[in-house]
Amino acid sequence: MKIRNRDETRRLILKGLRDGLPIGLGYFAVAFSLGITARGAGVSPLEGWVASILNHASAGEYALYALIGAHAAVWEIATVIFVTNMRYLLMSAALSQKMPPEAGFLKRLGTGFCITDEIFGLAVAWPGPVNCAYLWSAFILADLMWAGGTLCGILAGNILPARVVTALSVAIYGMFLAIIIPPTRKNRVLAGLVAAAFACSFAANRLIPSLSEGTRTVILTVGLAAVAAVLFPVKDNDPPAEGERKEETA
Amino acid sequence: MSETWIAILVAAGVSLLVRALPLTLIRRPIRNRFLRSFLYYVPYATLAVMTFPAMIDASEHPAAGIAALAAGTVAAWFGAGLFPVAVITCTAEYLVGLL
Repeated sequence: MKIRNRDETRRLILKGLRDGLPIGLGYFAVAFSLGITARGAGVSPLEGWVASILNHASAGEYALYALIGAHAAVWEIATVIFVTNMRYLLMSAALSQKMPPEAGFLKRLGTGFCITDEIFGLAVAWPGPVNCAYLWSAFILADLMWAGGTLCGILAGNILPARVVTALSVAIYGMFLAIIIPPTRKNRVLAGLVAAAFACSFAANRLIPSLSEGTRTVILTVGLAAVAAVLFPVKDNDPPAEGERKEETA
Repeated sequence: MSETWIAILVAAGVSLLVRALPLTLIRRPIRNRFLRSFLYYVPYATLAVMTFPAMIDASEHPAAGIAALAAGTVAAWFGAGLFPVAVITCTAEYLVGLL
């Protein structure tokens, strides 16, 4: 068992806040434009803020505000949210293999609530088992900025120049690149996988434009990861976190 | 309770279920080699699929998006962290977007 002193926890929280800040800045810009959509659907600032704190998913929330505007039925909302957020099922399953073995229900529930594309990215980039102090503090800061962006978008549609909003909205993808590119230097399979994913995603987007982004992400993720797993099964000492491997050999 | 609040709470409940179910249900290390490999590759496939071509489409025009993608990839390749890469992509998009 690891015994962490207060300094260590503080260091992890500060690191979480430091990594959460750039994510939050990107979120603020995206959520700002999301807030403009919400405003169009007649969502109040408080409603938008709460919806963003609880849902914190761009594609899911775009869909949610569109459905609210259309006065959709509750089952429709549930179905659409499930489909647009289905990739989080995969991320959650992947993170289950990275949790420290001693983590209980609440730690797992809390970590699940934290899952967004970017926070998941942080968890992947983190060496070893998921660290809740680090990950949760990154999430809380990013989520507050996400909700703040939504709130500002609803309150004041067009204060930032459009050019600045567009430039900021690319930040999220820059962060994705910072996560997926470095490991491809050392691992050719990952390099091939990333290249194939770019190519397939582009092809699917241009050839089948009716396919929603969420559905495309799920189908291609499952397909590409399955092909890679069949062709290049990982060796036992490759993935997940150290904590689990100890248990496995026990 | 208003229609909007019900919609927001239903959406919140469904997204929490999706996010938390596998994490709370899968308590043991997965031993199956295929599944382990699959889950190892999932994050890279997901993040790559979400980056491209969405990054191009989010930009002012395709050239700005491609410039941002190239600048970000090079910076990440040489080991820049999350924040520097984010700043570099935004700057590239902004500058080329002005053209």
